[in-house]
Amino acid sequence: MPLPYTEKVMEHFRHPKNVGRIDEPDAKAMEGSPACGDMVAVYLKVNPDSKVIDDIKFESYGCASNIATGSIITELAKGKTIDEAKGITWKEAADALGGLPAIKAHCSVLAVDGLRAAIQNYEERHGLVTEQEPTTVEVVIKRLKHVMNPVTGLDVIRTKLVKQVEVDEGKVRLVIDLPPNHQFAPNIREEIQEKIGHLWDVKQVVIEFTD
Amino acid sequence: MSDFVYLDNAASTRLDERVLEAMRPYFFETYAVATSQFGYSPGVEAKDALESARSDLASALGARAEEVVFTSGGTESSNMALKGVAMALGEKKGKHIITTRIEDFPVLNSARALERMGFRVTYLNVDETGRIDLQALEQAISADTILISVQSANQEIGTLQDIAAVARLGHERGVLVHTDAAHSFPRVPLNVAETPVDLVTMTAHLVHGPKGVGALYIREGTPLAKWMDGGFQEFNLRAGEENIPGAIGFARAIQLVTVEETQRIQAMRDRLITRALQIPHSRLNGHPVFRLPHNANISFRFVEGESILLHLDMRGFAISTGSACFSRSLEASHVILGIGGDHERAHGSVRFTFGRFNQERDVDAIADAVAEVIASLREISPLGKEAN
Repeated sequence: MPLPYTEKVMEHFRHPKNVGRIDEPDAKAMEGSPACGDMVAVYLKVNPDSKVIDDIKFESYGCASNIATGSIITELAKGKTIDEAKGITWKEAADALGGLPAIKAHCSVLAVDGLRAAIQNYEERHGLVTEQEPTTVEVVIKRLKHVMNPVTGLDVIRTKLVKQVEVDEGKVRLVIDLPPNHQFAPNIREEIQEKIGHLWDVKQVVIEFTD
Repeated sequence: MSDFVYLDNAASTRLDERVLEAMRPYFFETYAVATSQFGYSPGVEAKDALESARSDLASALGARAEEVVFTSGGTESSNMALKGVAMALGEKKGKHIITTRIEDFPVLNSARALERMGFRVTYLNVDETGRIDLQALEQAISADTILISVQSANQEIGTLQDIAAVARLGHERGVLVHTDAAHSFPRVPLNVAETPVDLVTMTAHLVHGPKGVGALYIREGTPLAKWMDGGFQEFNLRAGEENIPGAIGFARAIQLVTVEETQRIQAMRDRLITRALQIPHSRLNGHPVFRLPHNANISFRFVEGESILLHLDMRGFAISTGSACFSRSLEASHVILGIGGDHERAHGSVRFTFGRFNQERDVDAIADAVAEVIASLREISPLGKEAN
């Protein structure tokens, strides 16, 4: 079959490893790619003492390279400590797959981002972030760059959907330029909560929609 | 590829053996070029064959033979129409062109190229079924409008435009009208004696004809600059030796398309739409009635098109998708976005296009395969779990 993918990629695409969800995971993250529209969710179970990733699962709303990278990255991360797993690069994942077409780089880098985000989520949830960065407007905006605007497939910052960001004593207030009854309003609200709600110094996230 | 079920007939089609038979003598016996008609008898035979293909094609269109120019395909025909009119009228009449947001790339990118050369282009919006608003078209016409280019049928979602109304409007307002009929002619008949279009793009390889040959209908008197320079072929409008076997093959391919066959194809297509829409969270893209008889375009939520394609390929089926992941530009289908769809709808959109060599049994086979593939991809998708 002369498709532009290696046998290894096709094997992981056909029979992806570690697919699904973990009930009550110790950490999870959802990453979406603005340009490609693909999404990856990563779930972790981490041994609290050794910090070894005991179990890892992923879900993909994506193309073949996205699914294959999700599969290989979970294989590579399983059994490693979170610090070791953090260091896994896209290149290592691509090499393990026997190479990926250059044009597919960003569909597949998403899976690597997903793993890193899940580990970060674990560290934040378990107080492992040594230098606790205070949540500022800049931090909020940086995180919102990972929230997709489903209308365009680009993130909510690039598409100027976020009109206003305020951070005041643990209260984050956002104004989203969509009517509250817009079909994607609940999605966007949920995604924003997920990206910001758990930050160590955030007590409340208020999301307002325009009329 | 013998057992392979090919349902991507809007990308290209299998050549009909009867077309090849008609073409064969013009490779091995009458291989002279038409330009040699004044020098030796094989040249005369070649010229006669070319002219007979031209008049066959012209009569299928209700045109006169002198109004049909053979080209290398639909892309060249549309380039010739847009750039030829622009070069002929840009300085004399004006620099405004009207087209639609969902045209195929030959028209869309010719329009963009003309914009870079100082022309002004209006890209008409379409409604959620893919049809333009004739009132909006009328309002877009101004004193400097030189050309309206509206496709007969859409390449992805199959929506048919009311070309007769577009053509009448253009004529009332003294504006030339071009239509890209590459995806519709001759399955959806077009008669230029009744429909006053000035320029029509046609291609052979989408109706079981050979690749590399197309035609442009040019109504008599239409100002069109020559932009392929060289010899004096094709009424001195398009230089280059004529592709005589291709022209013969094109004319033969057009003759082989029948109403009965199109009805058979449409019945298969209808059955596939019915079956595909039984899959949860699916929707038909395009117009339910005004659509190409061989086109079905469906969006499935929570899954991505390239993944669907690769799984179907492993099961022996070929289809297409509007997903950004599938396109070389990594841009989602401009057609799905043009009909008001979001990135997600393009992401999970797939196109099935039928042709002469599809069998009725293929329909249930692909419908079953699609249902399986969608279910297994949804299994691994982070989306839609609650909705199930």
